[in-house]
Amino acid sequence: MSDVRILGVGMHPWGKWGRNFAEYGVVAARAALADAGLSPSDVQYLAAGNTMRNGYPGYVAGSTLAQALGWSGIPVSSSYAACASGAVALDAARARIRAGQADVALVIGADTAPKGFFGPLPGDRPEDPDWLRFHVLGATNPTYFALYARRRMECFGATPKDFAAVKVKNSRHGLSNPNARYRKLFTEDEIAESPIVADPLRLVDICATSDGAAALVLTSADYAAAHEANSRSVRVAAVSTVTPTYPNTSLDLPDIATDSGVGAPPPPRAFRDSIAHAAYEEASLAPSDLSCAEVYDLSTALELDWYENIGLCEPGGAEALLHSGATTLGGRVPVNPSGGLASFGEAIPAQALAQICELTWQLRGEAGERQVENARVGLAINQGLFGHGSCVILTS
Amino acid sequence: MKPRIPVVAGLFTEDGGQARLLGGHCPRCGAWFFPKQWSFCRNPHCTGVTLDDAELSSRGRLWSWADNRYAPPPPYPARDPFVPYGVAAVELADEQMVVLGQLATGTDPERLSLGQEMELVVEPLFEDDDGLHTVWKWKPGGGS
Ligand SMILES: [Zn+2]
Repeated sequence: MSDVRILGVGMHPWGKWGRNFAEYGVVAARAALADAGLSPSDVQYLAAGNTMRNGYPGYVAGSTLAQALGWSGIPVSSSYAACASGAVALDAARARIRAGQADVALVIGADTAPKGFFGPLPGDRPEDPDWLRFHVLGATNPTYFALYARRRMECFGATPKDFAAVKVKNSRHGLSNPNARYRKLFTEDEIAESPIVADPLRLVDICATSDGAAALVLTSADYAAAHEANSRSVRVAAVSTVTPTYPNTSLDLPDIATDSGVGAPPPPRAFRDSIAHAAYEEASLAPSDLSCAEVYDLSTALELDWYENIGLCEPGGAEALLHSGATTLGGRVPVNPSGGLASFGEAIPAQALAQICELTWQLRGEAGERQVENARVGLAINQGLFGHGSCVILTS
Repeated sequence: MKPRIPVVAGLFTEDGGQARLLGGHCPRCGAWFFPKQWSFCRNPHCTGVTLDDAELSSRGRLWSWADNRYAPPPPYPARDPFVPYGVAAVELADEQMVVLGQLATGTDPERLSLGQEMELVVEPLFEDDDGLHTVWKWKPGGGS
């Protein structure tokens, strides 16, 4: 299969302004094109992640952003996979390039987020699991994060202090990131004073919702080689967009019950483990090859789960790995050198692409104060509700 | 006395004073589903085309729990003033599945422990002029 490379990346900083999502998307797209040394007329395909909270234009983000950038007649696609939307859009663009239907594709995710908890779309829909969990149980996203965190505490002896240490680390990483929304160093004492949202998690353990945008210029290997003078490209070594294998007996958003384990063999690995596994297989790489990783710290405790899901340590080993300093900048495999969602907050369709922007800067050695020394292999991972896996591995 | 109205129809019953979750059961492969959601079996190894209506176990073991201190957005029918509520994930042995439910009123989350036995109950979620709107919840205990 032919190589696909990232020739340019760009972001609109994360924040909360309430402007139209296309305004952020265009800023990120133009920055990515400038980074690649290309102009909008060079783009042959545009793939975007959808946003559910910005009316009809958000559901057809591909064409909304194409119009905002100035119609050029190119085909577009719009993907929705919740937090995994960016990776699914990237996957669509990569498939086009691999099929020889395009040499240059622009991938964009942009969002304008609501205040407070994410809630389901309005209307009375008992058959919609997302509606059901809110209406019947009051099971917000932080409720699920708290269930996972409590499970970690009970099974592995994790403590709220361990969770706080994740926040301290990520807030330190994000301090110098010009695209981060929060550039403030948290101390353990401040975290202990933060109000509890869903016990055992405090407000500062849970990521905020943000506005923001990220964009990538994806090209064929030949095209990248011909344009190397403009920009140092990185290789897309794997894109995993796996879904669960039945029976999915792990509790997942937004379901109020798991599959039943009766009547079918258990899957070879749990869903979250399978997301990274598929990417490692495609890239012919192993966890020990990673220079750094961007993982989806929707909560501090979830970052610890991801260490295990991506194979940095055995189940139950994440707290020790964290405290060893291995996942801190300067350590063996820094995790969330960008500052993670702790420093950004979540802009759903943009977030998976923001992870990839960070990895690209790291692999090019352009990450400034948060540079991972000699970064050669980076992994970005997240999971979107309704069964969307997202894992991308980049190599220099 | 005010009528008791299920907050969503068809997911649970308290007929005869016994709380039960109503799901689907595949007569061919034995899989369980909650909610039943669709009329067919979702096991890809199974050719079953219909699911039986079935009651799930009303006892299980505590898999995890959370205590919510902030009012969720609609469509949660939050009471005013807001009352914190717990959510439990309970593992059903026969069905080999985990089912969420709020913690029964008066449950102290500080006193819960992993793996302890939990029992299904039906309680009001909120009250208005029409009646008591009920939902299933998980309550510690239930004998051993
Ligand atoms: Zn079946």
